[in-house]
Amino acid sequence: MVKPLYDNRLAINIGGLKMNTPVTTASGTFGFGLEFQDFLDLEKVGAVTVKGTTLEPRSGNKGQRAVETPAGMLNCVGLENPGSDYFLQETLPKLKKIAVPIIVNIAGNSPEEYGKLAKKLDVDGVDAIEINISCPNVKQGGLAFGTCPDSAVEVVKAVKANTSKFVITKLSPNVTDIVEIALAVENAGSDAVSLINTVLGMKIDIARQQPVLGNVMGGLSGPAIRPVAVRMVYQVAQAVHIPIIGMGGIMCAADAIEFFLAGASAIAVGTGNFSDPRLAETISKGILEYMDAHGIKNIQEIIGKALPNR
Amino acid sequence: MPKTIVEAKVIGQQILSKDVKLIEVFAPEIARTAKPGQFVNVQVSKQAAPLLRRPFGVAGIDYKSGTFKMIYRIMGEGTQILAELCSGDVISIIGPLGHGFDLTAKHPLLVGGGLGLAPLLYLAQSFLKKNIEVLMGGRTASELFWQDLFNEETAAIHMTTDDGSLGTKGTVNALLPQLLETGKYDCVYVCGPVPMMKAVVKVVEKAGLPCQISLEKYMACGFGACLSCACGGVGKRLKVCTDGPVFWSTEVKEW
Repeated sequence: MVKPLYDNRLAINIGGLKMNTPVTTASGTFGFGLEFQDFLDLEKVGAVTVKGTTLEPRSGNKGQRAVETPAGMLNCVGLENPGSDYFLQETLPKLKKIAVPIIVNIAGNSPEEYGKLAKKLDVDGVDAIEINISCPNVKQGGLAFGTCPDSAVEVVKAVKANTSKFVITKLSPNVTDIVEIALAVENAGSDAVSLINTVLGMKIDIARQQPVLGNVMGGLSGPAIRPVAVRMVYQVAQAVHIPIIGMGGIMCAADAIEFFLAGASAIAVGTGNFSDPRLAETISKGILEYMDAHGIKNIQEIIGKALPNR
Repeated sequence: MPKTIVEAKVIGQQILSKDVKLIEVFAPEIARTAKPGQFVNVQVSKQAAPLLRRPFGVAGIDYKSGTFKMIYRIMGEGTQILAELCSGDVISIIGPLGHGFDLTAKHPLLVGGGLGLAPLLYLAQSFLKKNIEVLMGGRTASELFWQDLFNEETAAIHMTTDDGSLGTKGTVNALLPQLLETGKYDCVYVCGPVPMMKAVVKVVEKAGLPCQISLEKYMACGFGACLSCACGGVGKRLKVCTDGPVFWSTEVKEW
């Protein structure tokens, strides 16, 4: 049970997924949440989205996995995770003790594998599934499913057929038309979309005259990608009817508010968690200050307010 | 000990060589809990760039005054900003992070090169001076300014330089086998460039002594969330930030 917080002024219900605050954490930047307990009260976060989980354990990519870039960073972790059995036996029991919705991000090599994983995770303690069809760092699956509307639809259908949970599809910005993919996954039954995942990028070490990252290319995140994310949320919000969880370089309440105005019903703090592990909690407080200053009684009043014809 | 985020006040900085500085900060929560081998993650700027914190090993603490020291080389944007801080400036520091050195040795030998000598300096502080020796290697004499820092903490300092300008000519391994032959050490602690550590581990393991290594890997968070610093252990995956940075040499398979 989630105890009401923030005087309910930040409370939202996105298609049945109830949260005390629209400030969640982005998968891959918040571990399993437990890593942050020394720094913040997890119950003051809207939802905890855990690290991408696969059916079997994955050791991820070799070589250097991260590098700082101007106002951002590149990573090619490659979905390292201890696998679904470990998650269910070791991690979930600990997460269950915390009164906060848990969103499990999943990745697979085929629509069938996504379905199998969704079924396995259709258990008490998991509140929602986030389908990762946008990881740029794995050879099979991942991004390949997220750049083609037909394969994205197949994955969403496979997950929906195997779970009773709220299903979010995480979209990649590495496409020509993100609206096309968003509409396709909405039609396939996705309950919400989250965007954006990282932007494919690269850095070259001019001393070694070689790529810095072990996997050559990686996903760019951080404030550097925020304008791209805001633009994509703004475009998708005009096309779909399902809720949007917006993310991409959010470092403070002002950044978060841009996403609400662009049409996001909730937001996620990602790379900012690395620089400031208390950030998700700090941002909720900052949003309340903005609401006070602008006479806003409930956060829902500003969702999509910057969209045309509103 | 829980990890904390503190706003630490800079006490002062000291120039150790043309590109290496020592910074002392007031942060009693960290100074009073940090063990040798643990590290901290420092936010050098509140701006969006540089975005990430910079990890530094704790190079010494003063329990009474609540201060601790870090030693760093000015290499890029982050350390350049750090180098320009003055006493009274405030920086955000997360710490103490990771697991430190095993402190049960009676006659330790510390082996280090470059900035790897910084965590070893704090380690030296925690042993009885009469029982502890250090072996340090550098390319040339000017890189071994460390001897002044270790003088107060150790009974003997052994030195090697690649060009022979100070101590024995060669790498630390030019001296290590004969030091180990004396049979007076019960544990070797090594921190430095990876090729050096790998070479040292080989010699120490051959001599049948336990060896602790302190690893450094690129990391974004420092507390186990980003998985940038993951490496292969024996039968399991390890994170340098939370499982290390100090490991027994036999624990890590792929580094």
